[in-house]
Amino acid sequence: MNLLAEIGGSVNTIGYGLAAIGPGIGVALVFAAYIQASARQPESAGYNRTWLILGFALVEALALFGLVLAFVIGG
Amino acid sequence: MSGHLVVAQELPWPPSVGDFFPPNLAGPWVTKFTIMVWLAVALLIVFYLTAYRKPQLVPTKAQWLAESLYGLIRDGIARDQMGEVGIRFAPYLTVLFSFIVLTNLFGIVPGLQISPNSHIAFPIVLAAISYLLYLSVGVRKHGLFRYLKMSLILPNVPLLMHFLLVPIEFMQNFIIRPVTLAVRLFANMFAGHLILLVFTVGGFVMLASDNLFVQVSSIFAFLMAILMTFFEALVAILQAYVFVVLTANYVSTSLAEEH
Repeated sequence: MNLLAEIGGSVNTIGYGLAAIGPGIGVALVFAAYIQASARQPESAGYNRTWLILGFALVEALALFGLVLAFVIGG
Repeated sequence: MSGHLVVAQELPWPPSVGDFFPPNLAGPWVTKFTIMVWLAVALLIVFYLTAYRKPQLVPTKAQWLAESLYGLIRDGIARDQMGEVGIRFAPYLTVLFSFIVLTNLFGIVPGLQISPNSHIAFPIVLAAISYLLYLSVGVRKHGLFRYLKMSLILPNVPLLMHFLLVPIEFMQNFIIRPVTLAVRLFANMFAGHLILLVFTVGGFVMLASDNLFVQVSSIFAFLMAILMTFFEALVAILQAYVFVVLTANYVSTSLAEEH
């Protein structure tokens, strides 16, 4: 068969790109909600910051799982 | 292939997991990482002892730094998350925070250039300590049976739903929590080191190419490397903060009254 085009490298990279979509949207939602909340009620910004970091960390974990798995599961 | 790259032989390109294993310094037990952890422990002990050896009303610089760190953790994390009962955990959380910040910052210190936390072994130990801490706090406060009941069984749920919810709650409270705690810190440091490698080593690879355009555009790679170093400093502190906030949060759920 005449080979016209070839893609080399690891499929994991594509997989990680797909896996990062969800957490990307999630992190965006977390920060959007924080900005909106503290714009409406600036005095609550300090109180909300803890929950901002917490929510961000929990969502971001998914993206990082994807990154780790991309390396762990076969090159 | 246009823009043909002549990869300099000694450069590890593309960056891979192998780059995280520098050669042993003296036998398999003394690696760069164990030395960095000893260094961090020694620095912290010396810093906190000297900072508070002769406490003064008008603090010295070191005392001011130590006190504001402790104040930040005690008021901003321990009291915020756990209320007044949480203050007794503040010393541990402060040491945890300073240790993680210091070991994370090793990732961008010239000469060290890699964080011990980019090996899963070190975050696992830190997460295991937090795990044991919140389990033992819960068991000691409520007793084993009541603690299990509290963390597995949700109130006001139809009986049949428990078949679904108990396994989920078990996974959530006893497996996912410690695993994510360890993996989050590890993966952030791992990814950070990889990003720095991509831009610095990539810059050198571009510089070694035989194409003038590629050589010139390597300056963008180096600029990105500088930018990413600052970003890594931010991530180092943020991840330490996240680790401590989550530990405090988990302890506070163990301390919570039965719902």
